[in-house]
Amino acid sequence: MKGRIEDYRDPRLTDQLLRDIHDVAGSASSRTISLMEVCGTHTMAIARYGIRSLLPDNLKLLSGPGCPVCVTPAGYVDTAISLSRNPDVTVVTFGDLMRVPGSDSSLAVAKAAGADIRVAYSPSYALELARNQPERKVVFLAIGFETTSPSLAWTLVQAKESRLSNLSFLCACKLIPPALHALASSDEVKIDGLLCPGHVSTIIGTAPYEQLARQYGIPCVVAGFEPVDVLLSVLLLCRRIARGEAKVDIEYSRSVPKEGNPKALKLLGQVFEPADSAWRGLGTIPDSGLEIRSGLSDHDAKTVFGVDIPLGKDNPACRCGDVLRGVISPPECPLFRTACNPLTPVGACMVSGEGACAAFYKYCELEHKKGTQPHGN
Amino acid sequence: MCLAIPSEVLEIHGDEGTVEWQGTKVYANFSLLDNVSLGDYVLLHAGFAIQKYQPEEAEELMELWRKVSEGAD
Amino acid sequence: MAIESDRILIAHGGGGSAMHELVREIFVPTFNNQFLEPLQDSAVIDELAEDRLAFTTDAYVVRPLFFPGGDIGRLAVSGTVNDLAMAGARPLYVSLSVIIEEGFPVEQLRTIAASIKDTADQARVKVVTGDTKVVEKGAADGIFITTSGIGIIETELEIASDRADDGDAVIVNGYLGDHGIAVMSKREGINFKSEVQSDVAPLSGLVQEILDADIDIHVLRDPTRGGAAAALNEIAESSEVGIRLHAAKIPVRPEVRSACDILGLDPLYVANEGKLIALCPLGQARKLLTLLRKHPLGKSAAIIGEVTSEWLGNVIMETEIGGTRIVEMPYGEQLPRIC
Repeated sequence: MKGRIEDYRDPRLTDQLLRDIHDVAGSASSRTISLMEVCGTHTMAIARYGIRSLLPDNLKLLSGPGCPVCVTPAGYVDTAISLSRNPDVTVVTFGDLMRVPGSDSSLAVAKAAGADIRVAYSPSYALELARNQPERKVVFLAIGFETTSPSLAWTLVQAKESRLSNLSFLCACKLIPPALHALASSDEVKIDGLLCPGHVSTIIGTAPYEQLARQYGIPCVVAGFEPVDVLLSVLLLCRRIARGEAKVDIEYSRSVPKEGNPKALKLLGQVFEPADSAWRGLGTIPDSGLEIRSGLSDHDAKTVFGVDIPLGKDNPACRCGDVLRGVISPPECPLFRTACNPLTPVGACMVSGEGACAAFYKYCELEHKKGTQPHGN
Repeated sequence: MCLAIPSEVLEIHGDEGTVEWQGTKVYANFSLLDNVSLGDYVLLHAGFAIQKYQPEEAEELMELWRKVSEGAD
Repeated sequence: MAIESDRILIAHGGGGSAMHELVREIFVPTFNNQFLEPLQDSAVIDELAEDRLAFTTDAYVVRPLFFPGGDIGRLAVSGTVNDLAMAGARPLYVSLSVIIEEGFPVEQLRTIAASIKDTADQARVKVVTGDTKVVEKGAADGIFITTSGIGIIETELEIASDRADDGDAVIVNGYLGDHGIAVMSKREGINFKSEVQSDVAPLSGLVQEILDADIDIHVLRDPTRGGAAAALNEIAESSEVGIRLHAAKIPVRPEVRSACDILGLDPLYVANEGKLIALCPLGQARKLLTLLRKHPLGKSAAIIGEVTSEWLGNVIMETEIGGTRIVEMPYGEQLPRIC
């Protein structure tokens, strides 16, 4: 195998991997094996390739809180919207956040009502805007996990070094390992194995998972995103589980060195400090978020505009929290498909392109839709 | 989460440059990495190269699978 | 009321379910006649003459106005001509209405007009009437163009979205996603360089050849905004059939796939402006494919799926690795994402 991307999608390889998985999982007979992935891109990849439809019935793939958009509290969106209502302010955001429901509106609706809100592919667009339009106050909505936060850190430093006094960041970055501990230590869901987020791991390396595996006895595999990656990782986990080995393996070795990216980690430490953080649906997890250090407070939107980020209101019927913790699967939420669907989403799990509910609705509702009556009857 | 695409480094100008993924060229910022050279592969996320990408590690993948299948460690 | 906000959103123009809700809730009940109801690309008027007439209208608001492979002028004529062709009509006459922003360069207007003429000649239609308005600076984004078109349906075939039959082959005339990526590569905030050209082209000549070859075409749709996914879902719903696609058979250029990978988009949801989706009985698929591949606008034609009697009203796809997934109707337009 020469390592071309097509190789990682080769059906001959995936066929063989599936046979191996059926062998190993089948040998556990009727015992349910629950594997959790905590990365929205994994949620998407699994759904997009129809992997669930190919796994043995006793092997469950749970979707955890791996989508930074899904776990951003409604109050963050509310604050972003209220900043955007200032006629001097240009809000710049990743596309992922545009339709996420706040307490009673969204950035998309605010934009329609006249707010200057722009979608960026990269945080460097905010630098460009701030330089070219010095009369505008540019606020970048800084969300993401460790894959994204180093880039945000660099951009913040640039803002300071370039003396762009009109550029600030509304930070709600989060850290994955504390969330993993919260999930593993809870009694609600039995997790037999963890598919670790491949790209977050390019930054943090494997050390955080070593601790997790030791403390909770859960094998971890750092998994890539192509079908071969996912299936090989699932196979690896099943073998570790069968042999009772709580070890950490890197399947995604072409991208993830054990030490991660020390330069990025150092930059993170210089720009941000850990703080308690509210995760939508999960509550507050200690030291699970990043705050901008005081030395850079001139570019901290909370300081610049004198705002705080409230928790905001979730729809009381919304069960996103239970979905995010793997307690229920999306179709088990009473709002799923009826009140909550991509056209009228209630919670973030349905709005975000890689939220578990959106992925389920878009890709997995096969049995429901298989009928020979129209409109899913 | 996180879309990151393995792309080849085509141009380097200080800390910035251009990378290519199967025919599409994109601006990339290399500030998060050291020693990036032309012809290297990097993972591109939101306009930043966040890690080096080593396609020859594919051999290790097959080795890993072989070991897993044989029940060895 | 399913419309979730009290204001119009960008998504309402995206060709997906948001737009459909808007049309069904506000326009259809207001106008309510047998010609509008089918909501096809063109209205078919059968009460005037012996041959049926097709009548369509479109507005063009593309940004940027000049993109790799074309411009708003070429887009305007092609779009209207294609809507007529999708009804099986021979396009004849086109109207041209322009709303121009104060300050717009005359030179650009000349270029656009020349483009319109070229494309009209290529499609063998005449621009027979027009209107010009100028609005104050800021009230329009350069120029907006609205075209209406009339064509004559000479075939006996009933070609419409509700005519798909169990077992029909689903065929496209070439690569999907070119136009959307070509346009997006020039948008602000996205710094990527692509060689991809828009596929914008009038398809009336190609459709005429298909009709002349006596192939029993059931459905023709052009997958514009919302991409092939939107068009196929519309067909599945109208015809109350299921459609099964095969991922490995869908033609997408590597450069389009890679641009989509980077931006987090799915080529099935990206706009096309020189493509058609044709459904015909399986027995005639080979004949149709051969005909398409001989034509300059059909060289990369492929059978991408079939109509089934399961999953009624839905589009599903057999993935590259043999799994199954749903190809859902898009909500609005796809936005670049980081996750």
